Amino acid sequence: MIGAVIIVFREVIEAGLIVGIVLAATHGVSGRTRWIGLGIGGGIGGAALLAAFAGTVSDAIGGAGQELFNASVLGIAVVMLAWHNIWMARHGREMASHARAVGQAITSGTKPLSALAFVAGIAVLREGSEIVLFLYGLMLSSGSPGSSLLAGGVIGLVLGCGLSVVTYLGLLTIPPRYLFGVTSALITFLAAGMAAQCVYYLEQANIVTILSARLWNTSEILSEKSVMGRVLHTLVGYSDQPTAMQGLAYIFTLAAIFVLGKILSSPSPSCPPPVPESHRHRLVNE
Amino acid sequence: MRCRHAGDIIKLTVLSALTLGLAQIPVNALEAVTLRISIKDHRFQPSELKVPANRPITLAVRNLDPTPEEFESRTLRVEKVVAGNSEITIQLRPLSPGRYRFYGDFNEATAQGALIAE
Repeated sequence: MIGAVIIVFREVIEAGLIVGIVLAATHGVSGRTRWIGLGIGGGIGGAALLAAFAGTVSDAIGGAGQELFNASVLGIAVVMLAWHNIWMARHGREMASHARAVGQAITSGTKPLSALAFVAGIAVLREGSEIVLFLYGLMLSSGSPGSSLLAGGVIGLVLGCGLSVVTYLGLLTIPPRYLFGVTSALITFLAAGMAAQCVYYLEQANIVTILSARLWNTSEILSEKSVMGRVLHTLVGYSDQPTAMQGLAYIFTLAAIFVLGKILSSPSPSCPPPVPESHRHRLVNE
Repeated sequence: MRCRHAGDIIKLTVLSALTLGLAQIPVNALEAVTLRISIKDHRFQPSELKVPANRPITLAVRNLDPTPEEFESRTLRVEKVVAGNSEITIQLRPLSPGRYRFYGDFNEATAQGALIAE
């Protein structure tokens, strides 16, 4: 039973952390419960579907369906996270000066919220499908050990949800004026790590073959599959034996988000930010 | 005008990322060697497999159990789900001589194996 707890908890770490960060990043935004709930719900539904069609997905695209699916969803998540951060860099300043209107202002642009909800959904989808498969396997193996294993799996899931809550509440202890900066930084590193993971799947599918030399091998010191390894893998994209191409994707993503955020965060009078007139008035009036 | 400029930078970035991606279509000079293993009662059969070093390998993993499994190897850099009663194929790049451990992530206690490249 402990074995099942550990297996499920290990799988759920990444999704748990990401949901926690997304919750903190959208703290105080009205309508976020609905959006993120929708994202998570969609992720769970998708995970069940993905698990049910695991064989079909595997066989697709010359047997590389699984890799390409993972690479695609990770690629989409990177774009969503990058776009969210760039959008926030652009509008964050004007909203920060009207701290109380922040919620409303972000609601006026529900787009970045939907991007984060989508990312939460994708995280649940990727990790969830493996958990569904694992639990399904446990259910197939009949007998009493099976059911105690299943209970273990459920405990693992609950622990994962607990991790989300702890991450969220932990981030909320940061003073509000720093919280935005911290979540932005976390999201940037999250995106960079996902970009490197996307390259990993493209390499596994033999689509990306250049720059395949290993940058380092620290699997003996800190395995990427250990609990600590997984936490760092999610938060900063830690990999115990990354390829040069993964490193490049990581640095490129960090740089792209940072540079684009900087360029776009200083709107000049000739090019006002695309906030609807009505909302701008409302912000000023408040 | 500044925004215009920024828009161009985004376009350029996306374009260069796309070109970079397209430039990486694989060319494998050597033909791949195909090898097969199966999973039965959460064990690999055979659990040890000799493979030629320095040649690309196609590894077919057939799961004879009704339960799903995840074929995983840190050294081979593979993580792939094998549904119950089905088969997956894995493309491995040329390996330098050595032992490459793999395992079934859902049943790690019993599902253990290794490729020996020589």
